[in-house]
Amino acid sequence: MKHLLSISDLSKDEAIEILDTAAELARLSEGAVKKFPTLRGRTVVNLFFEDSTRTRISFEAAAKRLSADVINFAAKGSSVSKGESLKDTALTLQAMGADAVVIRHGASGAAHQLAKQEWMKGVVINAGDGTHEHPTQALLDAFTIRRHLKSNQGDLSGVKVGIIGDILHSRVARSNILLLKKLGAEVVLIAPPTLIPVGVSDWQVGVSYSLDDEIKSLDVVMALRVQKERMDDLYFPTEREYARGYGLTSDRMKQMKAKAIVMHPGPMNRGLEISAESADSHRSVIVEQVANGVSVRMAVLYLLLGGATFKELASSGESL
Amino acid sequence: MNSYRIKGAKDSSGKVGNYFISNGVFGNEGDLSSSAKEIDAKGLTILPGFVDLHTHLREPGREDAETVLTGSMSAATGGFTAISAMPNTLPVADTAGVVEQVYRLGKHHGICDVYPIGAVTVGQGGTQLAELSAMNQSEAAVRIFSDDGHCVSDALVMRRALEYVKTFDGIIAQHAQDPRLTQDSQMNEGEISARLGLKGWPAVAEEAIIARDVLLAEHVDSRLHICHVTTAGGVEIIRTAKKRGIKVTAEVTPHHLLLTDDLAESYDPVYKVNPPLRTKDDVQALREGLADGTIDIVATDHAPHPHESKDCEWSAAAFGMVGLETAFSIAYLAMIETKLLTLAQLVDRMSKIPAQIGRYQGHGSISVGAGANFTLVDLDSKWKVERLELASKSKNTPFDGMVLPGVITKTFHNGALVYERNSK
Repeated sequence: MKHLLSISDLSKDEAIEILDTAAELARLSEGAVKKFPTLRGRTVVNLFFEDSTRTRISFEAAAKRLSADVINFAAKGSSVSKGESLKDTALTLQAMGADAVVIRHGASGAAHQLAKQEWMKGVVINAGDGTHEHPTQALLDAFTIRRHLKSNQGDLSGVKVGIIGDILHSRVARSNILLLKKLGAEVVLIAPPTLIPVGVSDWQVGVSYSLDDEIKSLDVVMALRVQKERMDDLYFPTEREYARGYGLTSDRMKQMKAKAIVMHPGPMNRGLEISAESADSHRSVIVEQVANGVSVRMAVLYLLLGGATFKELASSGESL
Repeated sequence: MNSYRIKGAKDSSGKVGNYFISNGVFGNEGDLSSSAKEIDAKGLTILPGFVDLHTHLREPGREDAETVLTGSMSAATGGFTAISAMPNTLPVADTAGVVEQVYRLGKHHGICDVYPIGAVTVGQGGTQLAELSAMNQSEAAVRIFSDDGHCVSDALVMRRALEYVKTFDGIIAQHAQDPRLTQDSQMNEGEISARLGLKGWPAVAEEAIIARDVLLAEHVDSRLHICHVTTAGGVEIIRTAKKRGIKVTAEVTPHHLLLTDDLAESYDPVYKVNPPLRTKDDVQALREGLADGTIDIVATDHAPHPHESKDCEWSAAAFGMVGLETAFSIAYLAMIETKLLTLAQLVDRMSKIPAQIGRYQGHGSISVGAGANFTLVDLDSKWKVERLELASKSKNTPFDGMVLPGVITKTFHNGALVYERNSK
């Protein structure tokens, strides 16, 4: 694995290695050592063509805890809006000697092109490309699920995850579907038919148009953010109608299995896809997802840039 | 004018013979002057020059991508002796003045015949009919009209256009694409678009317009041509329409006969094209449609773009591929190596039949008295596509690096040698 562009770049073993490494880094961080010297002298560039405070801060924290130098590059306006093109930006970063580029871009495939077109030599990590993928979000979600339902070990077999909402436009959903299936979980997509992609039948996941039918059987309820502008594109008639059918309300939360958890990649529309009570309930692991994001991104940077394996990390133990 | 004695060339059925050219037409040996040049065509096949009903030459306005001159050279390199310039230029070819300009440039360069296609509506805006008769009565004598790049989506505008061009045996060439169903669309809608997160372009957006337009053509008894059919459903609608006696013809591009939507997995915009690459099943249906005559012809949709329009993110990139220089080889690969067509049948679909649809004179035949528009092809050799070697000003070919059958060695236009391949 040279880059992390899509979850499909990872084997099951590699995915588990990332989760195990993240668990180890999280454990070590709880001790006296808050910062590791591993990436000292290496430069990580956060290249964000779209606003995303939380993902950028998460990557920044992860890189800094590994002692990397971090440059934040907020490139306003992509080449679509006639700003500096992705290619020119990449050439600039190459000239500056970036070891890794964490890229968020509005165009599907942007990270892929950065890596494959040889515009630059460094490691490319996809932090969300258009409506394609957001692999580190899926990894942190899997990490969170594993921690709660699988004792922080192994894969996710036996876990049933419902992903609710705008599957069609969600990069979080795409990466999650790939990773959850890779790790042996059962996945069901729950949304109005307009927000389910044509071609989903080849994905080998369950599809349901009714949250009420599914909610009792789910171990994980993952609500996706609904963009209000989708209403104007006729994907659903009104916000209220969407919330009635697919919102995670308090009443629906009461139907959930005893140990089932509630997740959301953020930022939330409280009262639309998730009620405030659900978001703040004891079932909600939404805040923890954010914390786990740092550990998982540390693991990804560590494994991609450090060149070390998890076993080497484990054997070096506290001395890191 | 030069005269030529072509010795020992095979015709499309494999029969070896000699051919005599003088005064721009095929003649008899006695017509040759004493200074006639002899061309040893042993091992080569003589084919009527190909005729393309769908070419983008970009001039006037986007001379950075292509000009009438470079497009003509690209055509000759691919064995074409007649091409049809689509009107989506700057300004749009929606007046007699613009079509005459393009026509005269073609004449001036004299490398192949350049037949301008006129816009159906003013500025290709889809609302007001352009002066179709004026374009027809101009020096360019335009007979085919199209808003290509845009669909004539308003049913009433389409009906009126179909009716109106009957005055001069005109034809409307429709770019079948429902605009609402394809807003911001990037590639064929299916499993791959879903996975790649690129907005889908449903087959029904093409098929719904084809269905509507064949019914309109039937109602007003007019000639309709469907540009670049890409879906199995579209082929089926046209097949049914032809059985009903509707005057519809259709074209398929070489790239849609070979390439499929999974190529988008590379996110390389060289595979971004309008209409989009479809599935394996669609490719098979297109090949069968071309074989049984449902689809009448091969047309290139040669769409040159400068490098910067393709060296960027997929969603920011321009739609289109160049195709003149690879058309015959790709069609050969898709139709002859698969034994779906004989050489003679394929050549009809690339020369005689498109010339008939466009009413282009002097093309599509190798016989005494016919215009000496032909090409000599080496069918026993292969060639490697190298994008930077293309004669077109633009290099956006999806076939770069492929080794293809059928080497165009010489092309003659009105009896003059206009292209000769360098023997390396």
